Amino acid sequence: MPEETPRRGWASYPLVLPTWVVLGFFFVLPLVIMLIISFGQRGTYGGLKAIEDLGAYVTSGDFLANYKRSIEPLYLSIYWRSLWMAVVTTVLCLAISYPMAYYIAVIAPAKWKNLLLGLVVIPFWTSFLIRTYAWMLILRTEGLANSLLQWSGLIDQPLNLLYTDFSVMIGLVYGELPFMILPLYASLEKLDLKLLEAGNDLGANSPQTFFRVTVPLTMPGIVAGVILVFIPSIGQFVISDLLGGAKSILVGNLIQNQFAVARNKPFGSAIAFELTAVVLMLLFAYAMYTKKKGQEVLL
Amino acid sequence: MNPSEPPSASDLSVDIQRVSKRFGDFIAVDDVSLTVRRGEFFSLLGPSGCGKTTLLRMIGGFELPTAGTIRVEGADVTDVPVHKRPINMVFQHYALFPHLSVAENISFGFRYKNFPPAEYEQRIAEAVGLVRLDGFEHRSPAQLSGGQRQRVALARALALKPKVLLLDEPLGALDQKLRKEVQVELKSLQRKLGITFIFVTHDQEEALTMSDRIAVMNAGRVEQMDSAAQVFEYPQTEFVAQFMGASNFFQATVRGIAEGFLSLAMPDGDTFSVPNPGGLELGEGVRFVVRPEKLDLRSRDLSKSGVPCMPVTIEDRVYQGISTVWMVKAKSGERFVIYEQNEKQFEERGKFAEGGTAYLCWSPRHTVLMRGETDDGAHA
Repeated sequence: MPEETPRRGWASYPLVLPTWVVLGFFFVLPLVIMLIISFGQRGTYGGLKAIEDLGAYVTSGDFLANYKRSIEPLYLSIYWRSLWMAVVTTVLCLAISYPMAYYIAVIAPAKWKNLLLGLVVIPFWTSFLIRTYAWMLILRTEGLANSLLQWSGLIDQPLNLLYTDFSVMIGLVYGELPFMILPLYASLEKLDLKLLEAGNDLGANSPQTFFRVTVPLTMPGIVAGVILVFIPSIGQFVISDLLGGAKSILVGNLIQNQFAVARNKPFGSAIAFELTAVVLMLLFAYAMYTKKKGQEVLL
Repeated sequence: MNPSEPPSASDLSVDIQRVSKRFGDFIAVDDVSLTVRRGEFFSLLGPSGCGKTTLLRMIGGFELPTAGTIRVEGADVTDVPVHKRPINMVFQHYALFPHLSVAENISFGFRYKNFPPAEYEQRIAEAVGLVRLDGFEHRSPAQLSGGQRQRVALARALALKPKVLLLDEPLGALDQKLRKEVQVELKSLQRKLGITFIFVTHDQEEALTMSDRIAVMNAGRVEQMDSAAQVFEYPQTEFVAQFMGASNFFQATVRGIAEGFLSLAMPDGDTFSVPNPGGLELGEGVRFVVRPEKLDLRSRDLSKSGVPCMPVTIEDRVYQGISTVWMVKAKSGERFVIYEQNEKQFEERGKFAEGGTAYLCWSPRHTVLMRGETDDGAHA
């Protein structure tokens, strides 16, 4: 609730009640259930094993077995890979989106702005799954990309594009790009262009003005975009499944596997909880950052 | 320094030759030539849309001229990018960096001027002291009042020791009282530093208060460029006269031309003599202006003694404290405005009643002839 709201009378409670109900039932409660399950053990047929002596189970430390397992080197390498892919995706998205957002917000004629923003948003009208399948058609051995490259004479033999880190990266960057462009646009749109002139006037050339004026002033948009891209990227499993094949296992795939294939709900819950905790910590850090800077929280 | 003499080359700070700027079909600045002397307080004065800000932005390098050359201290800067010009600007809404403190704003450009970092502190202190903002170094611009922000903008520009300082209506956002104070302060600062100031304003009073010389602009052209007093007392065109608040226009005919003098006849036959500006022929019609404070209301007709007078009807009288404004109407239907200093004690009824008649008189030497309409106005 904004600070300028003078009174928080009882009348406001019915209005915020749906929010609390939704948050409670669909976020907090599942999280608690997940946390409890993560302390359990897998039953023989994929369910939960009954615990005979709760006291002994807790004191023996067995309830943390799933967490102990989750930091084994095999899994650590998967987390590392996921983190790495998410970081690269975020950096690529930022590098591609900033010029695009800058163009739309600052350079493009006013009458074009809505059209260009519309073009950024239009892919959302098609299901994310379908768009990812489309990339499979483009990248497969007999796909559009290889056909074009062969037709143009750049290559003789089709390239192995699909089921590589490259194809996963394309899918991730493609899918997350609008989530970077939109917050960047929102920040750049508010930028006072006189400040860039002032930077030039004081002797800074255009790149110097960009890094000393534009970037600091659009930092809220950059941070928001980074968070909006990084979080889905690190938990992503559909793209790595479809475009990465069996070779490309990310933490998202690992969790999905525990529930759907290995039928080890407690272990899956433990990893999922760890991932959620990391994400929430990042959000918290961002909220602290914006609060410290006295800027509005964009999320 | 005599403002009416043409400047010598070594004396020149900014030299603008035949500069034009077009935006599509719109001509913002139309073939303007003007020179600004070193250490001069020069104002570009005119209504909004007259091209004064565009001209200023071309001097600063924010706009490139479509035609013409701009020289600063003898060097052609027409194509020099903004960040390499020895010029700084105080922006209209100050354009302070909101993410930087006062001190960081002021020192923003230091590294590009290659000031040694050891001097930064001292240079910041000096700039802050110049605009009397000591103690505000670590505030952010959001924590400052409008007047303080304006001073930070000034300190930031002056800290880089520019050869020319451009000011784009820097007082526009200040309230009336503060504005008057800052005007005086700015002028004395300029005198102290000896830096060339080029000041853009639409406020004639502001320009008069501060400027050594004023260029009055209209529709992309310079209508008149003269010392402040010249522009005020002797406007050369109707536009300048009107803009300087002298809207009393009269019509007369040249009755006689003598050595150095011109005999003018009013429509009612009264004649009087004025200095001959040249270029007028016998029988030619002329328009002239008399400033409101130079007009006088009399109860008797003085035209027999060579003082031009015309009968008028008093329409309105407005008491304004230090002066009284009279609005009168001539028989021909034209209206005139007279400012009368309230030297004596205020009398509720005054010497003339509204609706009554009086004679509107002025001294012939306050007759300011307008140049013909064919004149293009761009005289240096």
